[in-house]
Amino acid sequence: MHRYTRRAVLGLVGAASVSALLAACGGGQATPTPAPQPSPTPPPVQQPSPTPTQAAAATPTVVATKPRKTMRVGFAISKSGPYAAGAGITIYPNYILWAKDVNDAGGIDLSDGVYTVELIEYDDQSSPEEAIKAIQRLVNQDKVDLLLPPWGTAMNLAVAPVFHEFGYPQLGVANLSDKTPELVKQWPGYFTFLGTSSQYSEAIADLLGDLVNQGKIGKKVALIYVDDAFGLELSQAARKKFGATGFELVYDQGYPLGTTDFQPILTDIKQRQPDAFVACSYPGDTLTLPEAAMVVDFNPPVFLTAVGTAFPVYIGKFGQNAEGVMGLGGIDPKSPGLMDYYKRHKQVTGQDPDRWGSPICYSSLQVLQQALQRVGKIDRQAIIREIATGSFQTIIGTVKLEGNIFYGNWLLGQWQNGEFLALWPKNRAAAAPLVPKPAWKK
Amino acid sequence: MASLLDALVTGIVYGGIYALLALGLTLQYGVARILNLAYGDFLIAAAVFATLLYQRYQLSPLISLVVLLPASFVVHLLVYHLVFVQLERRRGSWRAMEASSILLAFGLSFVVSGAMLAIFGGQLFSYSYLLVPIQLFGSVVPANRLLALILALAFGAFAYLLLVRTRIGTAIRAIAVDPDGAPLAGIDVRRWAGFTFAFGGLICAATGVLISMFQTFNVPMGVTFTLKALVVVIMGGVGNAVGALFAGLILGVTESFVARFISPGLTLAAVYGLFVLAVLTMRTGIFGRALR
Repeated sequence: MHRYTRRAVLGLVGAASVSALLAACGGGQATPTPAPQPSPTPPPVQQPSPTPTQAAAATPTVVATKPRKTMRVGFAISKSGPYAAGAGITIYPNYILWAKDVNDAGGIDLSDGVYTVELIEYDDQSSPEEAIKAIQRLVNQDKVDLLLPPWGTAMNLAVAPVFHEFGYPQLGVANLSDKTPELVKQWPGYFTFLGTSSQYSEAIADLLGDLVNQGKIGKKVALIYVDDAFGLELSQAARKKFGATGFELVYDQGYPLGTTDFQPILTDIKQRQPDAFVACSYPGDTLTLPEAAMVVDFNPPVFLTAVGTAFPVYIGKFGQNAEGVMGLGGIDPKSPGLMDYYKRHKQVTGQDPDRWGSPICYSSLQVLQQALQRVGKIDRQAIIREIATGSFQTIIGTVKLEGNIFYGNWLLGQWQNGEFLALWPKNRAAAAPLVPKPAWKK
Repeated sequence: MASLLDALVTGIVYGGIYALLALGLTLQYGVARILNLAYGDFLIAAAVFATLLYQRYQLSPLISLVVLLPASFVVHLLVYHLVFVQLERRRGSWRAMEASSILLAFGLSFVVSGAMLAIFGGQLFSYSYLLVPIQLFGSVVPANRLLALILALAFGAFAYLLLVRTRIGTAIRAIAVDPDGAPLAGIDVRRWAGFTFAFGGLICAATGVLISMFQTFNVPMGVTFTLKALVVVIMGGVGNAVGALFAGLILGVTESFVARFISPGLTLAAVYGLFVLAVLTMRTGIFGRALR
């Protein structure tokens, strides 16, 4: 009797853990999830992967009511692993939102039919090899019509040759790099909407130079950077520009990725009394640095951290203490459509978008959609040409790429009264810089 | 001179969290003989609970500490009896199950982190609590880090006294030395090894709650905590509570000194250099012998 009950208990536990495992796999692993589809779409009869020529030749149907079709849009994104945080904030929710927006509006009207969007997704587990495999699978097996890019510079570079080989446009957002201008020469379908790293570094030096000219700060800068491709690239360009514009670097050190203890660094920096503190940091560090600064009571006139400052979790964590902190990104709440986007994003995905890459990601999808409509059919080479040369209306304003790169972003912002307002470029600023930064409230 | 003292004090305080992190694992690995690779994932689970309780219900992490510690103890006790004891039963002896228990713990880690990934995804969790600057020997340290140090010292002292000064502790150490022979001396191996494993789980939850107070984390980060804990455990000597405590503090002081006087970029290199040195020169950790 005793044996029997224990066996029963065991069986139950086994079943429970198996179901937990299945649930875990369901969430973590890739399962094709169809996007919400409002209209009763007929089963996919046709569409054996429309190669450009086929799509061009097909359908001379000039009827009043076009057939309803499904456009298969695939992507591999990091839902687990170290890139999951960035991907989950900036990229993934926008894919969901865009598909819903397109389908709610009735689909995309092309010459051979009205297309509703079906999303097919895989988890790349933050591994470039997995991402490449997933992209190959999406093209060869799932026969997707379009591909959307992954998150992160490294991931985008890893999949770029595959996108290029299959001839799909790659509208990268989180693929900030100074090497992009060279890369687009070999991959004509490779785009970036976030700009280049040095653009941001130069903006930092320009903004500080402007503050010096106004007599608001002196010329002593403390620079720290994360020892990682992005941190090195950003700090290198900043250092060069600081040197050229007569700033004095009183501190200039890197720190390893994953550092959680910034007290020794900030104690040292505080003694050197810089006018501006610039950290080329990643989200984890960005969210930790203010804490260490509060403890050692380090409150320079300019406190600038890089990636993550514009994240909703930042204002959630620091509240009033975020006031006056500067970072990459920024928005202008007065731009038409942008606040509506913020509201819809929260409603549809249940989370707030960030104040830097999120609206840019959504805009890149608008660009894709408009290019598609102008071309009138799923002709990927024509779409690439249209994206490279056309000009598009998006929630961040008019987008026109130069050499496959969009340079027109807001580069620097500052938390003011609970919103991350754009400060730079100066001619499109949403607010004047609040300098010196208010003291930390304890 | 003043900055030397400052680096030492802040280093010790910041090392407290390493000590606490390693303490639970050293009990599970060294005494209960299970290399729990799911340690970091259980830690993240506690951290996520504390964060959600604080953000949604404004429940102080100190209160969730009181709630989560016994809860984690019970969960680990269940895991031990429902998972690891079954493995031992099947294998026939504790020694035979040691290798497969590692694989099992590895699988367990996937189950725990996978379930959390399905629910929370990769989002970042971050909040501030007890970020009160406290004066200590002329240095300023945040109260949450100081609390981590105090808890590490308290749990460390408790584990040491329990293992070395009590009758039960003697029994537990006997299990650590020879789990298959211990029953011959009338020791209930499952009961006391299970207790030690669960006590390690309790410390694991305490670490999670404390880390959530000052560190930004997300679900996939569990494995990094497991690795860090393992480094400290091996430096301190597997199963040696006091060794784990000291190894943690030494790491904290090393990081603090290197960041302050050499270069922050070299902290990671210094820590692992120290680790390699410890493994090469000292067979059983910094105290020369394991507790078992």
